[in-house]
Amino acid sequence: MSAFLALVRRDLLLSFRIGGGPFLGLAFFLTVTAMLPLGVGAKLNLLGEAAAGFLWVAAALASLLSLDRLFQADAEDGSLDQLALGALPLEFAVLAKAIAHWLTTGLPLTLAAPVLALMLNMPEAGYATLTLSLLIGSPVFSLAGAIGAALTAGLRRGGLLLSLLVLPLFVPVVVFGAGAVSAAINGFEPGAAFLFLGAVSLFSLVLGPVAGAAALRIHLS
Amino acid sequence: MLRFANPKKFLDLSGALLPWLWLGAIGLMGWGLYAALFATPADYQQGDSVRIMYIHVPSAWMASFIYGFMFIASVVGLVWKHPLADTAAKEAAPIGACFTAACLITGSLWGKPTWGTYWIWDARLTSVLVLFFLYLGYMGVWAAIEDRAKAARAAAILCVVGVINIPIIRFSVEWWDTLHQGPSVVRFENGKLAPSIDPSMLWPLLAVAVGCTLLFFALLFVRMRTDIARRRIRTLMTMKAAA
Repeated sequence: MSAFLALVRRDLLLSFRIGGGPFLGLAFFLTVTAMLPLGVGAKLNLLGEAAAGFLWVAAALASLLSLDRLFQADAEDGSLDQLALGALPLEFAVLAKAIAHWLTTGLPLTLAAPVLALMLNMPEAGYATLTLSLLIGSPVFSLAGAIGAALTAGLRRGGLLLSLLVLPLFVPVVVFGAGAVSAAINGFEPGAAFLFLGAVSLFSLVLGPVAGAAALRIHLS
Repeated sequence: MLRFANPKKFLDLSGALLPWLWLGAIGLMGWGLYAALFATPADYQQGDSVRIMYIHVPSAWMASFIYGFMFIASVVGLVWKHPLADTAAKEAAPIGACFTAACLITGSLWGKPTWGTYWIWDARLTSVLVLFFLYLGYMGVWAAIEDRAKAARAAAILCVVGVINIPIIRFSVEWWDTLHQGPSVVRFENGKLAPSIDPSMLWPLLAVAVGCTLLFFALLFVRMRTDIARRRIRTLMTMKAAA
C-alpha cells in the first residue's frame, strides 16, 4: 500500500514540477471552449444546446493530450523496468499511475466544468448533473486510456495511434455522460444514464489495470 | 485444430482447399447476385434500392464475424503463443475492414433514397463506425511495432479489449429506439425460429452470405500463405547473407 501511495505521490509531484500539473489541462480545456463560439458563432441558444456534449468531448480530448506521456517517460529512463521488478504488482502500478493521471486531468476538468458551462450558456438545470456525470465518468478516460498508453509506450510516434486506439473505448462514456446532462436539462430523470456511466467506470477500473499491465509486459520482455 | 498449427501442414491443407473455396465463393455469390439483381422482385415501397440489401446485410454479418474470428485467433495466440494464430488474426483484419467499409457505404447509399439522409448518428451506425475504427487501430498497432512477436501480442490485447463492441452492435437496435430496423431476416415466432422474408429473397441473401464467408476464407488463406512465404524468404536471405 505504501508503495502504491508513493507512486501516486511521485506522479503527482512530477506533473506539478515539470508539466504545470492540472493547470495545463485546464488551460487546454478553456482554450477549446473559447474556440467553440468563435467557430459556430456567438448564438447563445445554439451554444447552450451543444454545451453538454461539447464539454464532454473537450474533457475526453484534454485527457487524451497527456495520456501518451503516461508510461513513455518511464519507459525511456528505465523507471518502468524498476517498477516491474519491484514488489508492487504491475497491475497496481498501472492503477496508481491512472489515478495520478485522473487527479491531474479528470478531477480539475470536472471542477471547472460548471464555469465553462456558464460561459457556453448551458441551462442551469444541467450544472449539477454535468459535474456529477464527469465525476463518475471521467475516470474512464484515465483507466481505459491507460490500456492505449501502455500499448504505445515503447513507440516513438505513439501519440496519433493512441488516439485511434483509445477513442472507441471513450465512446460509451461520452454518449451516456452527455445523455445524462441533456436529460436533466429537458426535465427527465438522468438516473439510468448514471447507472450506465457507473457500470462503464467500474468495468474500466478492472479492465484498465489488467490489460494495461499485460500490454506493458510486452514492451518490458 | 492444433495439428494444422504447423505451417507445413497449414500450407498443404490450405493449398488443397483453396480451389474449392474460390469455386464455392464465385458460384454462390454469382448465383446470389444474379438472383438479387435480376430475378427477385423490386420492393413495393423501396423499389429497386432494396437490392442493395443483398450486399449490405452479408457485409454487416461479415464485419462482425471477422472480428469474432480475430478475437478467437488472438486468444489462441495469447494463450498458446502460436505464430500461425497471430498470422491469421493479422491477415484477417484488412479483409474485415473492407467488409465494414462496404457495409457502411452501401448502407449510406441505401439510406439516401429510403431514409432521406446518407448518414445519421443512430446507435447501430455509430457502433459499426466504431468497429471500423477498431479494425484501423488494430492494423495500426501491427504497422507501428517492428518486432513481430511484440506486435502480435499488443494487437491481440487490443482485439480482446475491443470485442466489447460486438454485443453492442448486435443489440444496439433492440436496446435503443433507433432508425435502423431491428433484426428482420429471421425472427422468433411462436417459440421457434422462422424466416420473416419471402423465400425468393431469403435464398439469394443466404447464398451471398455463404459466398462472402467462403470468399473471406479464400482471401485469408492466400494472405496467410503470402505472409508465410514472405517470412521464409527473409529467413533464407539472412541465412545467405550470414553464410
